[in-house]
Amino acid sequence: MIEKPAMTEKNIIIKIKRQDKPASSAYWQTFEVPHRPFANIISCLMEIQKSPTTGNGETVSPVTWDSNCLEEVCGSCTMLINGQVRQACTALVDNLTTPITLEPMSKFPVVRDLQVDRERMFKNLKKVKAWIDIDGSHDIGEGPIMQDQDRAKRYIMSECMTCGCCLEACPQFTMDNSFLGAATFNQVRLFNLHPTGEMKKEERLDAVMGEGGITDCGNAQVCVEVCPKNIPLTESIADIGRQTTWQAIKNLFTK
Amino acid sequence: MMNRKKKIVIIGGGLAGLALAMKFCERNGEVTVVSYQSLKRSHSVCAQGGINAAIDAKNEGDTPEKHFYDTIKGGDFLAHQPLVRDMCYQAPAIIHLMDRMGVAFNRTGEGHLDFRRFGGTLYNRTAFAGATTGQQLVYALDEQVRRHVHDGSAKTLEWHEYLGAVLDSEGICRGAVIHDLRTDEIYTLQADAVVLATGGPGQVYARSTNSVVNTGAAATTAYLQGAKYANGEFIQIHPTAIPGQDKLRLMSESARGEGGRIWVPRNASDQRDPKKIPESERYYFLEEKYPLFKNLVPRDVASREIYDIVYNKNLGVSGDPMVYLDLTHKSREFLDNRLGGIMDIYTKFTGVDPRETPMKIFPAVHYSMGGLWTDYGPDSDGLIDHGSPRNQMTSIQGLFAAGEADYQYHGANRLGANSLLSCIYTGLMMARGIMNYTDSLEKSVDDIPSTVFDDTRSHWKNKFDDIKKMNGSENPYKLHHELGDIMLANVLIVRDNKSLEKASHEIQDIETRFKDVKCLDTHDWANPSPSFINQLYCMIHLSKIITKGALMRDEFRGSHYKPEFDMNQPKDFDPHEYIDYLEQKQYGEVSMEKFPADHLDYMKRFEANNEKWLKTTVAQYKDNQPEITYEEVNTSLVTPRPRKYD
Repeated sequence: MIEKPAMTEKNIIIKIKRQDKPASSAYWQTFEVPHRPFANIISCLMEIQKSPTTGNGETVSPVTWDSNCLEEVCGSCTMLINGQVRQACTALVDNLTTPITLEPMSKFPVVRDLQVDRERMFKNLKKVKAWIDIDGSHDIGEGPIMQDQDRAKRYIMSECMTCGCCLEACPQFTMDNSFLGAATFNQVRLFNLHPTGEMKKEERLDAVMGEGGITDCGNAQVCVEVCPKNIPLTESIADIGRQTTWQAIKNLFTK
Repeated sequence: MMNRKKKIVIIGGGLAGLALAMKFCERNGEVTVVSYQSLKRSHSVCAQGGINAAIDAKNEGDTPEKHFYDTIKGGDFLAHQPLVRDMCYQAPAIIHLMDRMGVAFNRTGEGHLDFRRFGGTLYNRTAFAGATTGQQLVYALDEQVRRHVHDGSAKTLEWHEYLGAVLDSEGICRGAVIHDLRTDEIYTLQADAVVLATGGPGQVYARSTNSVVNTGAAATTAYLQGAKYANGEFIQIHPTAIPGQDKLRLMSESARGEGGRIWVPRNASDQRDPKKIPESERYYFLEEKYPLFKNLVPRDVASREIYDIVYNKNLGVSGDPMVYLDLTHKSREFLDNRLGGIMDIYTKFTGVDPRETPMKIFPAVHYSMGGLWTDYGPDSDGLIDHGSPRNQMTSIQGLFAAGEADYQYHGANRLGANSLLSCIYTGLMMARGIMNYTDSLEKSVDDIPSTVFDDTRSHWKNKFDDIKKMNGSENPYKLHHELGDIMLANVLIVRDNKSLEKASHEIQDIETRFKDVKCLDTHDWANPSPSFINQLYCMIHLSKIITKGALMRDEFRGSHYKPEFDMNQPKDFDPHEYIDYLEQKQYGEVSMEKFPADHLDYMKRFEANNEKWLKTTVAQYKDNQPEITYEEVNTSLVTPRPRKYD
């Protein structure tokens, strides 16, 4: 990005699917922004804010979107870019075919324009108790000893930023069902792998064994392809599948 | 005595806010966390390299006392010492707590926590989870808070923004004005205490390493309501970031902690591929000038040196304002395991793999050492009385601040990997004091007439109605960019009074033009425009605090560098001479034979300068301007002395 840019005059054409309110209907608008080397989708949206005029010369309200860190660690700016679900901050314009289309994710309710409501993902974290049940935050000494290899395995899973890419791509995950989806299964595996987390393993497994649980996964394997953090989601799904099988057998004898 | 749970409203869902929320819930309090966005997405996730604690896992003889000294020295002695000492003594317990919560900290062969080096210290003191430590710490605290939400003791108000404090007739904070960013509704929350854990103000510079939400608006609103704002001029410029248009992305100090080397070609016109330039033709300027700390000098020092190389010596790579940060001598596996997060960021945003090619970096605005003035209650051991209601309280009674939003822990320059620590420390530490504060109140919030809340709500409602009616010719986003340009051009690494005067005038112009802003969007649903205009108003005032503080402080301390007032420490000077000098002074006039003449002269100037400027800057809102006064710094534990890192 740091090579000396040759200034170009060409404009980038961006078509954006807009929607004023959750219940109102969507419409498309086209914008032109000046091409700048190494521009990303967020910097283009910022340009539109500075000059919210469509290609037809009509002044409109600036497009709204969610973003925060702009370096792909917060998970905020997920959207469909040329039909592909991804983070807008790492979508460099020079790597995209033009005209560029931007749409909100389709598996979550639209709030406005490119903003969607991903509350379902956070609710699922509660459902599977995606946390370690510590006794309290007072000083009671060191944490458990752990092999770095196990730690590294957990670390990759723990990079999940609840961005929703895996769920947008998943054919099983729809607005009207209760499928938990890859991100949530991955969290179950993450916490079951921790020496303290493991103590609540059964509760987490029980939570993914009912309707919308692990057996509803259709094994399309697209989740892992779209994950911006390269989390081995299909491994997590397979592993939780095994864990729940054992849990089901165990439940037969104990419950 | 109240017959109900104590209730607090915490603004901000980063490390400080979440740590406090967890602790307050454990103490059986009732917590509401207010956040612009979903909790997991706060700016704390951007912290990369690690968190400091003197656990001495490598048997180097590290201690919390040494951590304390490094932090105080790194901050050029401007931080209140008992607080910093207490934080450093609490640090090991904080790391162990975070580890118990499941943070995937890198481990040693035996399975214990691993530590690496960071700037401003010679010890391996930094615990880390790859190169996304901040993200991992936020997630762990977020999970604990989610657990409390699940249990019903905590509540979250996401997609809500804090507009101001509700102050009663005595000026005591009794609640918060909240703006629902979706429904546009403005209402008040009653609380026994309100805590601003709202992060830093990087957006005042428009382009920085900070996230979009870091406007500093909440802290500035407190200032506009009468709270003191302290040390505003101390803005940390991080030495290593990727230049960019929308953001200057951080390349963690841990890159150097793990062996990364900074260099430029010795010959300015050398256009060769960096890998083809032989060692002898590379200028490792930090290593040559600072043989003891090398590439790990504190950030203020490193940023000044890079600036000097680029702008005074004209040695920037290919004539551009950039230097190399080189990790190519390290193995791919090592880099992926310990720095994977930042390796990916660099690759994704530049298309260049830093494992193969040296990175090109330049300093960027990163952190505010200054923030809302807050208080503390020291104990007799030179530490902090954790039960003191004064802890972290702003000058508005009942309004507290924590994390980057306060000013107390980093003096004139923050050491790397101390920010995560100060955020978690303040959040955990202040919980008991707030409990005690609510006990000490003569009148509870329940006894405050509802008109106080109604009037405050109406005030803000009218203000936002007025904003929506703004129909001038200025685009607020463009104006923000221009404000950032002024700050970047004049209030950055090297400062001089002429440029600062110029910046003050230019900010004045921005303030005038602000009146002619157009509210681009008047929808009543999920409309960010009115909020942004209000935030821009705050950023203009915050830029005035920073600029005026910088203009008035005629010295060179930490991140605040005015070459005109550089006391030019003699090359062979040893800071211990100064301690000796002070001791000898107690017995009368120090004789000229004791020290080399230039050393003695330097020490006398240093002492006189400290007499005048070793003070906290305090800004208070008066007649639409910051009125600046100075307060004593608590230096009761370590004698301030000249800094030296070579």
